[in-house]
Amino acid sequence: MSTNDESPSVTPPESVEQEGSFFRDLTGVGANWRSAVLVPVLAVFSALIVAAIIIALTDIDALRLWGHDPGGAFSLTWHNISGAYSSLVVGSVGGLRAISETLVQATPLILAGLSVAVGFRAGLFNIGAQGQLLVGGMFALWVGFTVHAPVYVHLPLALLAGALGGAIWGGIPGLLRARTGAHEVITTIMLNFVALRLVDYYLKSSWFQAVGRDDPVSKSIDVSAQLPRVFGFLDRDDVRVHLGIVVALLAAWFVYWLLFKTTIGYEFRAVGLNPRGALYAGMSVTWLIVGVMAVAGALAGLAGADRVLGVLHRGSPGFAGTLGFDAITLALLGRSHPWGVVASGLLFGALRAGGQLMQVRTDISLDLILVIQALVVVFIAAPALVRAIYRVKTAREAERLTTGWST
Amino acid sequence: MTVAVPAIRTPAEIRRARRLGITYLVLAAFVLWVFGVGSVGDGAASFKLVRPTDRFKDFPNLVVPAAGLAFVIAAALAAFGGIQLTRGFKKLSNVVLAIGFALFIFAFLGWAAAGKSFSLVGMLDESVKRSVPIALGALAGVMCERVAVINIAIEGMLLGGAFVAAVIGSQFGNFWALVAATLTGMVLAWVLAVLAIRYRVDQIIVGVVINVFVLGLTSFMSQRILASNPHLNSTTLLRPIKIPLLGDIPFFGQILFQQNIFVFVMFVLVAGLTYGLFHTKWGLRSRAVGEHPKAADTLGINVYGYRYLNVMLGGAIAGFGGAFFVQGSVGRFDENMTAGKGYVGLAAMIFGRWHPVGALGAALVFGFADSLQGKLAILQTPIPSEFLGMAPYLATIIVVAGVVGKARPPAADGQPYVKE
Repeated sequence: MSTNDESPSVTPPESVEQEGSFFRDLTGVGANWRSAVLVPVLAVFSALIVAAIIIALTDIDALRLWGHDPGGAFSLTWHNISGAYSSLVVGSVGGLRAISETLVQATPLILAGLSVAVGFRAGLFNIGAQGQLLVGGMFALWVGFTVHAPVYVHLPLALLAGALGGAIWGGIPGLLRARTGAHEVITTIMLNFVALRLVDYYLKSSWFQAVGRDDPVSKSIDVSAQLPRVFGFLDRDDVRVHLGIVVALLAAWFVYWLLFKTTIGYEFRAVGLNPRGALYAGMSVTWLIVGVMAVAGALAGLAGADRVLGVLHRGSPGFAGTLGFDAITLALLGRSHPWGVVASGLLFGALRAGGQLMQVRTDISLDLILVIQALVVVFIAAPALVRAIYRVKTAREAERLTTGWST
Repeated sequence: MTVAVPAIRTPAEIRRARRLGITYLVLAAFVLWVFGVGSVGDGAASFKLVRPTDRFKDFPNLVVPAAGLAFVIAAALAAFGGIQLTRGFKKLSNVVLAIGFALFIFAFLGWAAAGKSFSLVGMLDESVKRSVPIALGALAGVMCERVAVINIAIEGMLLGGAFVAAVIGSQFGNFWALVAATLTGMVLAWVLAVLAIRYRVDQIIVGVVINVFVLGLTSFMSQRILASNPHLNSTTLLRPIKIPLLGDIPFFGQILFQQNIFVFVMFVLVAGLTYGLFHTKWGLRSRAVGEHPKAADTLGINVYGYRYLNVMLGGAIAGFGGAFFVQGSVGRFDENMTAGKGYVGLAAMIFGRWHPVGALGAALVFGFADSLQGKLAILQTPIPSEFLGMAPYLATIIVVAGVVGKARPPAADGQPYVKE
């Protein structure tokens, strides 16, 4: 984040003021390390504290004890919380397998998070990453089992297909927004549902369904379309980290380059800061919006392709999980900056990998991770809360990333 | 005497009218070809209008020849298209559109049920039930957005209401379950209100976060507490209430007057909110706050007060709607049991143009599509049920894209108000 990310020339000054210090913080103009680093750290810390309280309050055995044996109750609660959080740590960074799991979980999160972040940069709220993931994943899947080619052709082709599928599914709401003003929040939510049903349908159709199966499970993709494992030479089945993480990092670098080093990226951000200003500056706002949504969709589509080509190697109804929604919280935590997204993707991946161990070792389910994620974003999105709790200086204004329905 | 002023139409309106007319013609051709020609010789469709348990159980079935029905409806749709393209329907445009839509569905049902017997009353009864959470969610959205607070958190309010209704209902009975669910919705709405109004956090993001939070928390507690304590998660269902006399009317009585309390509350709320929003001082002030908060403030209206009040009332409605999933439908809490109904409610609100009656209408359409999807499997039509399930969402996209007239949200929707 250097100061020359933001070109000084065209952006109308009043728009910068309107948007508050959020974009300035991110882009380094008037850089404030507190907002960029301190607030996320405090937010994660606060979320973990609140989650610990939730664990304590839902621990029925310990709650019964409080009445007659407070000491025992306290130690039981403490034991539970420390057990949960220590398995979070062990499951995410405690050894090669754990780190590998963290990276496996982080890869699609980073890609989907980039998708939402690109949208935010252009003032568009892409809730549709979930649908784009699904469609992209299906495209990649189809190429994965129909095309038969050597790996250096097949794998890139399958990845491209995933990106294309996502780009189409993201481009539609972009086009609708640009041409008719239909708000992308509504259209992308609706397209998520449509994509979900399309996947249900196609997984049971003869195109996709595995031969001899009654349930919606697709054929398996060729080995040549699978993302190869990074530590394949170790010959360990439990170290699953695959080349997808490299794809995700390249994508992050690409987004950084696109947003901050190219004219198109400058125009993307200009549209986000001040659409009217962009229009007066002679930019084609229509095609910029379509372009932003297509790029966002392509990134989400890659995330879907990563799930299919890297981990599952075939399609099933839940292959996208809730990645598209996790991506929203992730983009917010990463402050819509590619490197921020990578960092928070790694954090969320670690939470997820650790959460799986936590679920096995304690009776605390993986859903706690969702609660933590939501809390993190609350603290990020309302800097005033963090300021009130910790008495530190933060950005004065809350962030406004979206626009209302009317445009 | 007022002189009739010829309405001046913008090019966009003219284009839209033309598009609508062409849509009618396309639908007419479709009905003629697929439902008409496609079902010649398939015999008559027999629609059951009463149930065997009704007082007038011998009421005759509605029997129509499928092909003939399709030909008549195709002709009607073609006529609509012709009129739309030549002189237009003016103010009746949306009414005609609704009629055209209903006719199309009827032709479809005739085609699907040709040569078979189909319980129309059962399907419409199911439609009304399925539309309840959607309608209550949409009404919650109307309440919030009329005072310019965007409420994406309907989904979370429904889910939170459902969870609390299950737990409280298992312990203290259904009355307290409904009370508790309503309060839960209000608490979540209060969080939304504080973050959106006081801290001016982006409202769409607050909504998304509340949804994720509630989904995570209820699933977490469901696994941690309910799974090992089944006695905390089993309630009785609320019995249908039959209104005397009205409930005995064949067909309509079954659908409208023999339902559980949720359905009646839904109808009462729609009527009450329509009156409240458009015929009372409270409604006028609320709408002023949503359209032009600064002007409202200048006139001494407490902008923040109205926003807090209406958002929390909206939350109460959504929380109550959440109880439907438990007391009105399943009898226990399941993880993520709302399954996106809150988002559908949001769509219904937009579909219904931020008006309670419109929201109810849209919710009924969505509920209808929902129940039709279930019944189609029984009729074994060649249309995959997944595609029918998509229809409401595609319809919403078409609506927000302005194909059937531009829906306009309250002018200040989503913007925090800063008092000077």
